[in-house]
Amino acid sequence: MKSTMVADPLRLFDCSPITDGAAAVIVAPLDRAREFTDTPIKVLASAQASDTITLHDRRDISTLDATVAAGQKAFRMAKLTHKDIDMVEVHDCFSIAEICAIEDLGFCRKGTAGKFTADGETALGGKIPVNTSGGLKACGHPVGATGIKQVYEIVKQIRNDAGKRQIDGADIGMTHNVGGTGATAVVHILRRA
Amino acid sequence: MSVARFWRKIPQRYNMIGTKCETCHRHFFPPRSFCPDCRRNGRIVDHKFAGFGTIITYTVIHTANEQFEAFTPYVLAIVKLDEGPRMTAQVVCRPDEVKIGMRVKSVFRRIATDGESGIIHYGTKFVPTG
Ligand SMILES: [Zn+2]
Repeated sequence: MKSTMVADPLRLFDCSPITDGAAAVIVAPLDRAREFTDTPIKVLASAQASDTITLHDRRDISTLDATVAAGQKAFRMAKLTHKDIDMVEVHDCFSIAEICAIEDLGFCRKGTAGKFTADGETALGGKIPVNTSGGLKACGHPVGATGIKQVYEIVKQIRNDAGKRQIDGADIGMTHNVGGTGATAVVHILRRA
Repeated sequence: MSVARFWRKIPQRYNMIGTKCETCHRHFFPPRSFCPDCRRNGRIVDHKFAGFGTIITYTVIHTANEQFEAFTPYVLAIVKLDEGPRMTAQVVCRPDEVKIGMRVKSVFRRIATDGESGIIHYGTKFVPTG
C-alpha cells in the first residue's frame, strides 16, 4: 500500500508485472480425451465478446461490457449460474480490474466486490475463491500465455492437484481473460469430464 | 517530405479538425468518413472543433515512460468535447487543481521528444478555462 505511485490511485503493487512465461493446453474431442489422460476436463463454455478499443469511448469506465457479455454467454452455454462455480481465475491486470471482474461476472453486485474481497470471501475457504494461482499480479503477466495459465490453474484445482492452494471440492471453474484494456474478453467454464 | 511536414498535413494532428454527419448531427474526432448510425444515408462533412469540453475522469501519472518522464507528475484525463466526442489528453494544471466536471479548453503544446536530438511531437492538451 506504500509502494511507488504509478497512476493515482494505482501504486506499483496494484499493477501486474509484464513477464516472460509459457503455458500450454492439449485440446481433444471429448470421446478421444481418455487416450491422452485419465483425468480429462470438459469445456462447458467458451465465450468471447468485444467492445471499443479506446477506453474513452466506453459506456462506463467501472464496467467492462465485454466481460459482462462474455460471462452471460458462458453461463447460458453451460446452463449454469454463478452459484455453480467453485472458483474463478480473473484478469487482474490491476487490482481494480479484479474488483470490477468479480462484479461484471455476476459474483457480486456493482460496488460491493471491494468489501467482499476485504472480508475474505475470495480467499481459499471463502464463498468464491478468486485467483488461487496468484493471478496476473502475483504470478506475472506473460500477456499471450496468461489465459492458458488460467486454464492450467483451474485444471490443477479440478484434478485435486493444487497442493497448498487446493480448494476443497473443486468441481467447476471459470477463467476470465481480457485483451486491449477490455476491447476483448474471453470466459471459459470447465468441469471434470 | 519531412516527418514534421507530413504531420502538418494530418487534419486532426495539429488542428482539431474532425467530421460530422449532417443527417444525425453526430460529431467524430478523430475524423470518420462514414457514419456508423446512418450508414449509407449519412452525409459526412469536415468540422473544426471549438476545443471546449468537460473532464469525465482523470488520473495523475507519477511513473511515466521516458518520453513523458519530464512532465511527471501530470494530469491525464478523459475529456468530453462539447460537440460529443471524447478524447484522452493531458491537462496542464497542478495535480491538486483537477476535478471531475472541470471545464477545459484545448491548447497546442509539446507532447513529447524523441531523445536529445529527435523529433519534437506537438499536439493537443487542455487547460482549465477558469
Ligand atoms: Zn449519422
